[in-house]
Amino acid sequence: MSDLEYRKVSSIHGALMFLKGVDNVAYGDRVAIRDLDGHLRNGQVIKTSADLVLVQVFEGTYSMDLENTWVRFLDRPFELALSPDMLGRNFNGIGDPRDGRPPIISSIHRNVNGAPVNPVARAYPREFIQTGISAIDGLNSLVRGQKLPIFSGSGLPHNQLAAQIVRQAKLPGDASNFVIVFAAMGVSYSDARFFEQEFESSGVLRNVVMFMNLANDPPMERLILPRTALTAAEYLAYELDHHVLVVITDMTNYAEALREIATEKGDVPSRKGYPGYLYSDLAEIYERAGRLHDRHGSITMIPVLSMPSDDITHPIPDLTGYITEGQIVLSRELHNKSVYPPINVPPSLSRLMKDGIGKDDTREDHPRVASQLYASYSRAMDSRNLASIIGAEELSSRDRRYMQFAGRFEEEFVKQGVNEDRNVIETLDLAWALLSLLPPAELSRVSEEDLQKYHSWEEA
Amino acid sequence: MGEVLQVNGPIVTIRHPGIRNGEQVRIGKLDLIGEVIHISASDALVQVYESTDTLRPGEPVSGLGHPLSVELGPGLLGQIFDGVQRPLNRIMELSGASITRGLQVPALDREKKWHFVPDQNLVVGNSLKPGEIIGTVQETEHIQHRILVPPDRAGEIIEHAPEGDYSIDETLVRLKTSQGKVELLNMYHKWPVRRPRPYLSRSNSSQPLITGQRILDTFFPLLKGGKAAVPGPFGAGKTMVQHQIARWANADIVLYVGCGERGNEMVDILQSFPKIKDPHTGRSLMERTFLVANTSNMPVVAREASIYVGVTMAEYYRDQGYDVVMVADSTSRWAEALREVAGRLGQMPVEEGYPAYLASRLAAFYERAGMVNTLAGNHGSVSLIGAVSPPGGDFSEPVTSHTKEIIRTFWALSKPLADARHYPAVSWLESFTAYADRAGSWWAENVSIHWSQRRQQALALLSGADELERIVNLVGPEALSSSQRWTLESSSLIKEAVLQQSALDPVDSYCSPQKQFALLDLMLWFHDRGVELINLGVPVEQLIELPFHGELKRLKSSVPNDELERLKLTTEKISVALDAMRAEYSKSNHREIAT
Ligand SMILES: Nc1ncnc2c1ncn2[C@@H]1O[C@H](COP(=O)(O)OP(=O)(O)O)[C@@H](O)[C@H]1O
Ligand SMILES: [Mg+2]
Repeated sequence: MSDLEYRKVSSIHGALMFLKGVDNVAYGDRVAIRDLDGHLRNGQVIKTSADLVLVQVFEGTYSMDLENTWVRFLDRPFELALSPDMLGRNFNGIGDPRDGRPPIISSIHRNVNGAPVNPVARAYPREFIQTGISAIDGLNSLVRGQKLPIFSGSGLPHNQLAAQIVRQAKLPGDASNFVIVFAAMGVSYSDARFFEQEFESSGVLRNVVMFMNLANDPPMERLILPRTALTAAEYLAYELDHHVLVVITDMTNYAEALREIATEKGDVPSRKGYPGYLYSDLAEIYERAGRLHDRHGSITMIPVLSMPSDDITHPIPDLTGYITEGQIVLSRELHNKSVYPPINVPPSLSRLMKDGIGKDDTREDHPRVASQLYASYSRAMDSRNLASIIGAEELSSRDRRYMQFAGRFEEEFVKQGVNEDRNVIETLDLAWALLSLLPPAELSRVSEEDLQKYHSWEEA
Repeated sequence: MGEVLQVNGPIVTIRHPGIRNGEQVRIGKLDLIGEVIHISASDALVQVYESTDTLRPGEPVSGLGHPLSVELGPGLLGQIFDGVQRPLNRIMELSGASITRGLQVPALDREKKWHFVPDQNLVVGNSLKPGEIIGTVQETEHIQHRILVPPDRAGEIIEHAPEGDYSIDETLVRLKTSQGKVELLNMYHKWPVRRPRPYLSRSNSSQPLITGQRILDTFFPLLKGGKAAVPGPFGAGKTMVQHQIARWANADIVLYVGCGERGNEMVDILQSFPKIKDPHTGRSLMERTFLVANTSNMPVVAREASIYVGVTMAEYYRDQGYDVVMVADSTSRWAEALREVAGRLGQMPVEEGYPAYLASRLAAFYERAGMVNTLAGNHGSVSLIGAVSPPGGDFSEPVTSHTKEIIRTFWALSKPLADARHYPAVSWLESFTAYADRAGSWWAENVSIHWSQRRQQALALLSGADELERIVNLVGPEALSSSQRWTLESSSLIKEAVLQQSALDPVDSYCSPQKQFALLDLMLWFHDRGVELINLGVPVEQLIELPFHGELKRLKSSVPNDELERLKLTTEKISVALDAMRAEYSKSNHREIAT
């Protein structure tokens, strides 16, 4: 079957191509298309019956015609050839080289869709990763095998933050480094270049596999790129025993490509025109992070997405937050106050933090300190609010203390240098220095023992 | 035999003359499992529970002659099943870390021998009614499994097995039906998941389901056999609330259905529950727990089935006379699976893409909750607790709003509370329960006759404080009177000392009913004493600056459930200080009057 070339395209629209009279085509089959200029395009079967086959074309159908389009069904799904030689290389969404070097030759091929992991086979992620960033390590700790996205907005420094995490991430007391899989979808050339230079200058380039689809590359290829990248990550983690850090940017461009194809197919839209299956589709990607019982390696995932109009309730961040194990949310307000990293603490969350911190992992007061900082900062926001109504001069001494706490929390705890790598103990000590601005009676989330040990309150 | 005509994602069109609606089918060379959901003269539509990748038109299809059913018998507890009741542990043995398609693995172990003890009425010549108990096996050390006559069988006993060890396939009883047919009973039977299991009658529940969570038990109680929903935006704590209920509820059996959520949340339960002791029985939690998992990366269509698979197994333990709790995380993913299939079938969407039958399907599902008189003459119950995941946290969306009409206890989670790490982030303003009166009788009888009054006082105080906060945010705190400021202070005390309860705190994770009431009573006593002093003219600042607030807020984690007498020490200490204040001010009042 795979040798046969058909010229049976009956209609074309958007990224979709319909074929009539080709029987016996498998659902999900990979398709090779030759257009009238002799160019090759890639497609995938998304509906099949005896009289009609529907193919989604990753490069789009622009400039194709009906008579001179030749279609071959390859009799296999989309697969990626895998080998250790992938490290240090740069590919497109389908896995073809972008770096001018020869394609990967290997006898190991995997379906890029993967197969759902059996929950019983998973190992619960619990090893604390120190990123050196206080607002993450102290308040929203990352653990090995976690999926923790960055929710950003246009013009916010999510790339710097992602790069800083990649540069600084390590397990305290563990010398082994992360291998990095970098997946870029619809990003600008300069953003892609930024990451490449980052990897180069920190000397990790030969531990990085890049999959790139830039802003001017075919948008439909973004539908397959994260799957290709994760197939590589799974190979590196589960067959070569690496701890893999996957950075995927920008998931918003992915979701937009999905909406485009869904609209063309006539799928029933749910919110904002996105198809109802956006949740499951995103989950197929995000759930590929994790750890397995019987494997040494792990996949830690940091997807980056921009929230359209900074709206966290937009379907893309919303559904992402429902799937991932927390989120790091960036704030335009802090960014405008020159706070880097502008991490908006209240809506940020790490769901796996609870098992990765505390006595044996970081320090025993850590969980309570984190909870206390959240509670106090949230209380401080009420004081700020009040100040904006009645004026700061009118505030009680208690409210004034909270105002001072909030200011210093943002300026000293959240804010830090792009190259500043604080260890988690420094972060916790800093937290106590700030909590010492508040009297012990205000600190009910920490224990009496914590107060005695770490709190230094002196009534002014 | 039939054949595949078209493949459109999880929906496959087949030609198979004589197939029935709802029938199970095996599809293609890979033997994928599916269910017929629509038939017409020329073809039928099948929803397939596994990925249809590589399936081709022309591949064979065979009908199995029965609808989607579950196996019901000993060996369910402690297990984890997928959305169509395949045992995931067994699947891992067969196919490793990822789930291979087309595996046919029965839910219950065929090899294992169970020690069967016949019931007294198992005597040749006696007749057996549907649902009657024929004997027992010890399923876990704690749970005795009662072997039931299937609800659709009955007859006269013509032969039965003696006490002994049997596998679930072996015949235990031969019956002669009224038509004179001979029927064989063994340890398990099958039941179609979309058909509620029959019972004798509904009965009125008056037993609260104690979960050990103060905001739930004390403020918005649920009864055994009740139906509750936990809606909330992502990260607000829905899963945590459900995990806490699964851990601590005073139910006999707990079924956790992970429907379209994270794989790691299943692992969390599987790894932690065996090590946790049930506070009511002292046994390992895993002895009474089992799971259904269709995680978000597993096929969407099986998500729709998983809820029914779950509730049918829950009903089965109810029919044995047990109180069963089924938590489902999240019913929104189930509704989305309905929507997905409806969309592929070209059914008319009515709201946000959902089909018109969303509300009736939800209602029919929750209707399977209840306390009943079983066919065997016992009491049993199924409590249903569903998480709801509204897009954008908007409670007016279809799944939340329909669910709200159906359930009787509504635990609304609030994002501002979660952002301040006030957990459980159950809003005391938006939540409600219709069971407070009936739960009140239990609390009055078992804990304190003042329970209802204290509960109402606290709710009034909290909502009053909310009103006052609004005023403060308009005109500043100066506008408040002393007693209003004290109300604000007391409400923040109640929020920290009573409502906020960390699931991760080893002492406070489970709070006994006695401790729940004692803490609430103590805080309100302190509030009342303060009001009294303010009326005597004590400046509110003096009360606010008393050094007790920190200690009161920490009592929940410093005093364990079995050391409640220690609370008296605190009360006495505070009493002494307040009495002194009172003495001073009543003296000065007297002086004022005297002068
Ligand atoms: N009762 C609780 N005690 C302590 N932490 C909690 C509690 N409820 C929620 N959390 C925290 O909030 C996080 C998110 O809760 P989760 O139940 O996963 O939210 P949801 O299911 O609503 O998305 C948890 O990982 C945990 O850190
Ligand atoms: Mg959840």
